[in-house]
Amino acid sequence: MSAALVPAWKAVRRRPTLLAGLILLSLFVVIALLAPLIAPFDPILQNGDLRLQPPSWGHPFGTDNFGRDIFSRVIWGARVDLQIAVIGVLFPFLIGTTVGTIAGYLGGKVDIAFMRFIDIILAFPFLVLMLSIIAILGPGLKSFYIAMALVGWVSYARLIRAQMLVLKTVDYATAALSLGFSGPRIMFRHLLPNAIAGSVVFSMSDCVLVLLSGAAISYLGLGVQPPIAEWGVMVAEGQSFITTAWWITLFPGLSIVTLAFGFSLTGDGLGDLLGVRE
Amino acid sequence: MHRYKFVLYRPLQFLPVLLGISIITFVLVRLIPGDPARVLLGTKSTPAAIAAIRAQYGLDQPIWLQYLYFLQNLAHGEMGKSILYKIDVLRLITTRIEPTLALVLCSVLLSLVIAVPLASLAARSNGGPADHAVRFISTFGIGFPPFWLALMLIIFFSVRLDLFPVSGYGENLADKLYHLILPSLTIALSLSTVLIRSLRTAMIAELKGDLATAARARGMPESVVFWRHVMPNSLVPTVNLLAVNIGWLIGGTVVVESVFALPGMGQLLVRAIFSRDYMVVQGVAMVFACATVLVNFIADIVTVAIDPRVKQ
Repeated sequence: MSAALVPAWKAVRRRPTLLAGLILLSLFVVIALLAPLIAPFDPILQNGDLRLQPPSWGHPFGTDNFGRDIFSRVIWGARVDLQIAVIGVLFPFLIGTTVGTIAGYLGGKVDIAFMRFIDIILAFPFLVLMLSIIAILGPGLKSFYIAMALVGWVSYARLIRAQMLVLKTVDYATAALSLGFSGPRIMFRHLLPNAIAGSVVFSMSDCVLVLLSGAAISYLGLGVQPPIAEWGVMVAEGQSFITTAWWITLFPGLSIVTLAFGFSLTGDGLGDLLGVRE
Repeated sequence: MHRYKFVLYRPLQFLPVLLGISIITFVLVRLIPGDPARVLLGTKSTPAAIAAIRAQYGLDQPIWLQYLYFLQNLAHGEMGKSILYKIDVLRLITTRIEPTLALVLCSVLLSLVIAVPLASLAARSNGGPADHAVRFISTFGIGFPPFWLALMLIIFFSVRLDLFPVSGYGENLADKLYHLILPSLTIALSLSTVLIRSLRTAMIAELKGDLATAARARGMPESVVFWRHVMPNSLVPTVNLLAVNIGWLIGGTVVVESVFALPGMGQLLVRAIFSRDYMVVQGVAMVFACATVLVNFIADIVTVAIDPRVKQ
């Protein structure tokens, strides 16, 4: 372990919430990366002889109506659902941070214009606007990411803007300005690093929201398309069989809950560590 | 009564937001590639119908003029026709409002029934085992996908115990409420995880506040302090919290209506997306957005009504 990481590790070790969250998340990352090695069966290959088998030693989570192994599908699903949470948060984070930094620092008409625009976006229920955009773009994961980028940035822009309004009046901002540094340099190099903690903490609880939305949209049939193993899609596929084969629905749902729990714990722990209260 | 003056002028402040909503929904539908007239009418449309829609929406005019035509049509309650149902979008939506509204109201009531006692329990044992338990439940519960939770409730209450219907909506009031129990419970369980967290924080702040300290100094028992001083003061944050979460709540109804096949606006929206019924998508999005603005307005009025200190 390098010298810089030692204090970080000590800070994490003192916070069981953060530690538990990080362990859960790393577990899912490892499962996603090693899916081809861990998964005992092909997640997509159908097997007519093994239809709707209840959980057993050979198939710990049972099989679905196509005879596919649910355990293997849940493992491969980790790849898709982790990707949904990470990419679905990354673009809104980048866009929102940039907009919030510029609006907060420049103030005036630019700020007013952006804030009015954000008010309008926030007037729409989040999922309704997402679905309307997906309706235009057509179903699919790519549409989900685009819709996410178009809608999700507003929370980050608001958070960063509020911080920038306070920070741009502090002494080191004035000092940097009097040294003749350019606006973008002051905004992004001097002020942003001090403004970003709240957004980083929020991005963790946002991962939960995005994961649930991505899975819900896929459940509705407008996100990830079958036969790809994604947990929301798997829940939808199991719905017709809930009276007889509950295991098709139960395990993908539990996976969503566990991954979301990992993000929530990490977010709570990080908030505690960085001194950010929601 | 001057405290209520904002009821008169606040709607004027909504005008820019409402205009913004109309611009976004207008732009959304215009972004669809292809001839707008065919987009609005579906692929199987007669030349006469296309000519009529071109005239009504001014489709050969410049885009800003088309927007004005769109506003003019809106002012007449004209939101176009549904391709699938062959009736006016506005009329179609009005037939779907009742299940959604009932679902939202039942969910809010149920979530308060769940969240208020649990939040009080946690706040009063601040740092104690009950507090830890409640906080764990709410942190864990936030990650439950409503569509999956709904199916788990169906497996338990409908399939195993045979207590509630699996899906659909009733004919009379009692039957409708009976059909709404599981859908509302689904949303209420999800919503209460969010409510508990914020309510607990609000109650703890009140318990430490001057009001509670003064009451204790007068020798009031802790239970009286809580019920007479902390509880009423937690009402305002609760109302505001519900208003803030209304968008989230509506999103929940969209998903849950689809799971339970409830004939509300959410189910209408999802079906419209699948059948490329763009005018319905546009109409539902617009109505949902206006409902969100309206709910926030009502929450402001309620806040002023229950807390004499608040001035808008």
